[in-house]
Amino acid sequence: MTIDTSIVEEGEELARPSQAPETGVVSSAPRRSSREPRKFLFLRNSKAIAGMVILAFFFLIAIIGPWIAPYDPSARSDDILQPPSWEHWFGTTHLGQDVFSQILVGTRGVIVVGFVAGIVATTIGVIIGVTAGYVGGLGDETLSVIANVFLVIPQLPLIILIAGQLPTVGGVTVALVIAITGWAWGARVLRAQTLSLRRRDFVEAARASGERTWRIITAEILPNLTAIIAAGFVGTVAFAVLSLITLSFIGIGNTGEWNWGTVLYQAQSQLALQRGAWWWFVPAGLCIALLGMSLTLINFGIDEFVNPRLRSTGLNAKSLRKRGIRPRIGFTPVVYEAKEDRA
Amino acid sequence: MTITSPFGQPFGDPLGLPLGQPDVRTPALTPVSDPVLEIRNLSVDYGYDGDPVHVLRQVSLTLERGEVLGLAGESGCGKSTLAYAATRLLPPPGLITGGEVLFTDRDGTTTDILRLNDAQLRASRWQDLAIVFQGAMNSLNPVFRVGRQIADGIRAHRPEVSQKEALERSAELLELVGISPDRLRSYPHQLSGGMRQRVMIAMALALDPQVLIMDEPTTALDVVMQRQIVEQIADLRDRLGFSVIFITHDVSLLIEIADRIAIMYAGEIVEDAAARDVYQRPRHPYSSALLHSFPPLRGPRRELTGIPGSPPDLSKLGGGCPFRDRCAFAFDACSKVNPELVFPDVPGDDPRRSVACLRHDPAAVRAVGEQPLPVPPELSAR
Repeated sequence: MTIDTSIVEEGEELARPSQAPETGVVSSAPRRSSREPRKFLFLRNSKAIAGMVILAFFFLIAIIGPWIAPYDPSARSDDILQPPSWEHWFGTTHLGQDVFSQILVGTRGVIVVGFVAGIVATTIGVIIGVTAGYVGGLGDETLSVIANVFLVIPQLPLIILIAGQLPTVGGVTVALVIAITGWAWGARVLRAQTLSLRRRDFVEAARASGERTWRIITAEILPNLTAIIAAGFVGTVAFAVLSLITLSFIGIGNTGEWNWGTVLYQAQSQLALQRGAWWWFVPAGLCIALLGMSLTLINFGIDEFVNPRLRSTGLNAKSLRKRGIRPRIGFTPVVYEAKEDRA
Repeated sequence: MTITSPFGQPFGDPLGLPLGQPDVRTPALTPVSDPVLEIRNLSVDYGYDGDPVHVLRQVSLTLERGEVLGLAGESGCGKSTLAYAATRLLPPPGLITGGEVLFTDRDGTTTDILRLNDAQLRASRWQDLAIVFQGAMNSLNPVFRVGRQIADGIRAHRPEVSQKEALERSAELLELVGISPDRLRSYPHQLSGGMRQRVMIAMALALDPQVLIMDEPTTALDVVMQRQIVEQIADLRDRLGFSVIFITHDVSLLIEIADRIAIMYAGEIVEDAAARDVYQRPRHPYSSALLHSFPPLRGPRRELTGIPGSPPDLSKLGGGCPFRDRCAFAFDACSKVNPELVFPDVPGDDPRRSVACLRHDPAAVRAVGEQPLPVPPELSAR
């Protein structure tokens, strides 16, 4: 996770006035009439767009994958350990199963677990982190201790332990286990940021004007945390996907349910590498790398979107380079472009 | 008692005249031009994209050695932008799009600050040209003692100076700005706002700079403190001989401290004249309106008038004079041509003053085929 809370904090004063026109599209529409209409800023960021496109592709596969899969991923056939061909795009396994179908069907499990775990962990993190940061005192101490305990527990062994003890291990169960062990980091970051926000003048003003605590938290504090929550969510999804794949790879969880990790597990246990069956593990590995990359790109996009300094640089880095501008604090770039119309 | 800096330069007697430095008490009367900082055609944009806001358009300004130059104007007119651009401290998305900032050293060598590389710029900062920031009292790091912070600044530029020497120098500097040297071991929170401000001024003077830029150094202080600080700056200037660019929107304060005042409006300098001239004989309608927005303490009573309207949106300036919509003396030509800084069209004026108003520039009016109008009596007071 690449978000830096100090940047968020520092950027806010700058961000607020400049963000206003973008969010209040209706009110500022007449003022902007002379210019071309602006797209939502986040979507002008090429990194974010690339990440979103890849992620959307995987979402699509997750939805339609089982329907478009040419074979039943578990069905055996006589084509044993075939390299990629027109019949089997990604080749076949030692039992003659179609790897392409396994990947297509397995995408759903990965995406569902990743996002369920991400949503649950982020929700727990937001509730505990913001509450701890805002209420302070004994409540803060208690919640912080819980979060700290979860932080120091080695996550993967704990996940393995819990998953091993459960009678039935479906995708959602794994997601919940991952969420329960993975919320603490986000809670900690949110608590720190809430502590800082709580003392800001605008929160003091809200309190002085008689707003209720829950309204201050939801209407004043939470919007300021959006970027951190979003970045935390993306990070948690990546973590959950990797955890699920790790679990499946070491053979924990329901081996009857296909996901990329199960494909890798079978490839590993059947010595695909030694047999030279590269088509067995490369597609799954590439999918994992692509999904991870898309989440990271989205995270970069959020980062640049949140930090106005990075934002203006990230939007058109190429044209800036062409003009020889290197935006830095303390060394204003100089270009000689102005028309000399005065003596 | 004579304070001598550890760098071998005599530092001046706190009670008497400076030692080893020329008397610079009356720079406004020095006829020979000896500029220390010359800003020529400086243009600044905000925004790197295709639709930047031109906040400074071809601004030229000269700072003479030993002079206090006041920069006045309402919020958003580009005063701070000018100072920060001249020192290349504008944060992104600020962009200098043209011009020159010529700094002339004591030995007469001239450098263009805009063409320095990073290392040269870093070395020149604080040494040649120091800045006291807006809200400077928050520029101190709360976890270090003020003495160490001043010493840090010295040692960053002169690594050969020992920490002990640097601290001794810090003590002298504190004394110079009227703070007892035992405050060296105080943390910023143990000092009052005015004291912190003075610590910042002491810090700015640490390397004996030739130009001191003060960006609204007294805005956060009450009037008593303002007065003390302003007097202190004037006194230090007399003793140490540096030049000051004093940025403020408080014109009455400027008239007190400045030798010369430049009035800015919408990213341009509209009038540049000796402080007394600006106060008693304003030539630009905007300067005149600014002066009529606070009461004079002495002299005949006059009616207080505000300035109608609000500052223009810098992103939507067309051609023509940016002040014309709020100007009582606007005429047809004002929407056609943006006035340049010219010598005012009033006989007997100081030849060094200039004003950007078409009432004073009949030639420019004729050039666009309009009939020039005479200078109104309000703008030609003697």
